[in-house]
Amino acid sequence: MLRIPSNITEEMIAHAKADFPLECCGILAGKDDTISHIYKVINNDRSRVSYLMDPKEQIRVFKEMRTLSIEMKAIYHSHPNHPAYPSMTDVELAYYPDAIYIIISINNNKETEIRGFRIINKEITEAELNLLASHD
Amino acid sequence: MSVKIRIPTPLRKLTDGKGEVEGAGKTIGELLDNLDGRYPGIKERLCDESGNLRRFVNIYVNEEDIRFRQGKETALADGDEISIVPAIAGGCV
Repeated sequence: MLRIPSNITEEMIAHAKADFPLECCGILAGKDDTISHIYKVINNDRSRVSYLMDPKEQIRVFKEMRTLSIEMKAIYHSHPNHPAYPSMTDVELAYYPDAIYIIISINNNKETEIRGFRIINKEITEAELNLLASHD
Repeated sequence: MSVKIRIPTPLRKLTDGKGEVEGAGKTIGELLDNLDGRYPGIKERLCDESGNLRRFVNIYVNEEDIRFRQGKETALADGDEISIVPAIAGGCV
């Protein structure tokens, strides 16, 4: 189960809120099952219903992860006013079978729900997230 | 002339599981043909029917996006490092 420290969870939620009502996106990286780094990436689509990570930033993040010997463990994005479940677009464009796709549902900038999924060969399976409390 | 190509996970079933392969060609276009000769089907995953790079595929030569160079005409030199990087994209609908 992917372990996500509370400060990183808080940063993801803050990112989703800051970009609301547009979708936000980013990458979580670490070693084994523990996340140590969050990379907020520009959504080139600037859209309420889609995201496309800026390719220049994406390659920069990939390079930094290689330098730090950490791996991309999760790809996160927000679903403004939509449930935290992969859409058809999410499934069609899931090119990273090794990553957990984290979706942050954010509704009128108030309630949030965070869920994780593996999307492999267009099949969705829930990947439980261990969102650590601040004292863990 | 030989260049190194980094292969992303979803395409490794076409490259016998290899994450890095060697290839040859004076341009990216030639390189893709060269790769497809050895790993049939790989070009179709990267290019559409008209031969253009698919929207959700990025190819980098020494970390430079070929879209900001000459696309498939981008010239290659011995020892260049090519990365094929699928886009990270999706949406709520």
